[in-house]
Amino acid sequence: MAEENKVKLLGFWNSPYVRRVELALKLKGIPYEYVEEDLKNKSSLLLKYNPVYKKVPVLVHNGKPLAESHVILEYIDETWKNGPPLLPQDPYKRAQIRFWASFVHQQLFETMPLVFKSDGEAQEKALKEVFEKLSVLEEGIKNIFPGGIQIIEHENVGLLDIVMISVFGPYKVYEEVLGLKLIDPEKTPLLFSWLTALLEIPVVKDSLPPHEKLVGFLKFIRQDALNSTSA
Amino acid sequence: MGEVKLHGTWPSAFSYRVIWSLKLKGVPYEYIEDLSNKSSLLLQLNPVHKKIPVLVHDGKPICESLIILEYIEEIWPHNPLLPTDPYERALARFWLKFAEEKCPAMWIAYRTSGEEQEKALKDTLEMLRAIEEHGLVGKKYFGGEKIGMVDIAFGQIAQWLGVIEEIVGVKLLEPQTFPRLHTWIKNFKEVPVIKENLPDRDEMLVVYKRLRERLLTSP
Repeated sequence: MAEENKVKLLGFWNSPYVRRVELALKLKGIPYEYVEEDLKNKSSLLLKYNPVYKKVPVLVHNGKPLAESHVILEYIDETWKNGPPLLPQDPYKRAQIRFWASFVHQQLFETMPLVFKSDGEAQEKALKEVFEKLSVLEEGIKNIFPGGIQIIEHENVGLLDIVMISVFGPYKVYEEVLGLKLIDPEKTPLLFSWLTALLEIPVVKDSLPPHEKLVGFLKFIRQDALNSTSA
Repeated sequence: MGEVKLHGTWPSAFSYRVIWSLKLKGVPYEYIEDLSNKSSLLLQLNPVHKKIPVLVHDGKPICESLIILEYIEEIWPHNPLLPTDPYERALARFWLKFAEEKCPAMWIAYRTSGEEQEKALKDTLEMLRAIEEHGLVGKKYFGGEKIGMVDIAFGQIAQWLGVIEEIVGVKLLEPQTFPRLHTWIKNFKEVPVIKENLPDRDEMLVVYKRLRERLLTSP
């Protein structure tokens, strides 16, 4: 039937939050219709489906809308039981995954923009904070990958991997725009091998935004921010 | 089912979230007041954020109040605090995320002054408006007929916001402007477990006034 299990995703090409949801849908093999939103001219559908935040992503399943990427990921996991589980079964392990996903999102992702939008001392300070948090993450995930990481299979990609990829998947783009190593194999070897292993998986690699397009976008953002702060 | 310990601080709203959840499910636990903020035990249990509350179950620490609440729900599923239907659960989680993102504004208003405080007060009002308009329509509690995890997450609005308003000298939650929220607060505080486990308002005023003075005068 046409309406049965119909999934629609309202998104934007450059939103890491949207990429999380797309990757989850693709990992689980869930067919969906993608609708690109013009964020400068939001559709009435988006405003109706997410009146609180008016943001993407919005997942619409059988006509019922859901917003907030973390919420959508857990919903996908609970609704489509075939395909790889995004969260482990054990409640303590689930708590650990949720904790680190929240850490990557709140402590790292939300402080990254400052790194791009500043230079000189301000940028150094922001970078120092990011590197400190990356060290904490490096230490923290040793419990999740006790034997280190060589290969990750498609069916073992979960919620934390998805959040990590959405933020740091394009790390080579960031390095090109900033002119420095963000994920250094010497400083954070576990994070580096984690990302490398994830990017070997075709569906994960394909979820990244196009390299040149993102470089151009970030360079523009940086130039724009630096121009507006200079006298 | 294993030993349960809760490390908290009086009168932290985040401690109370865990206390309410454990009591609503009838889970016996040992409460440990974290007397000197940043005790070495706390640093061991929560090395990343160095904050309470921390739940220790069978020797394993779980941090971050909302993550603790989901853990409690999974280990002790009786008297459920989340809906069983996946879509309704997702809607509840949406409001949990909203509480996580927006409630800090009221605390920023409490801790700051001048422009920063004005912005925080504005943000708090916006948060209240969103809840009033979208969160409580046609419902006695956020959880429906019984209180749930979202009610617990918004508990700080029921008791702590009033204290902040008095200290800061600004009334945000007027009953005429926020009739649904106003009614919800009344209903929430009448639930026996909540009524019996609310920090005394006058004692809170003393503690928070003193703390605010310290925060505003420190460099």
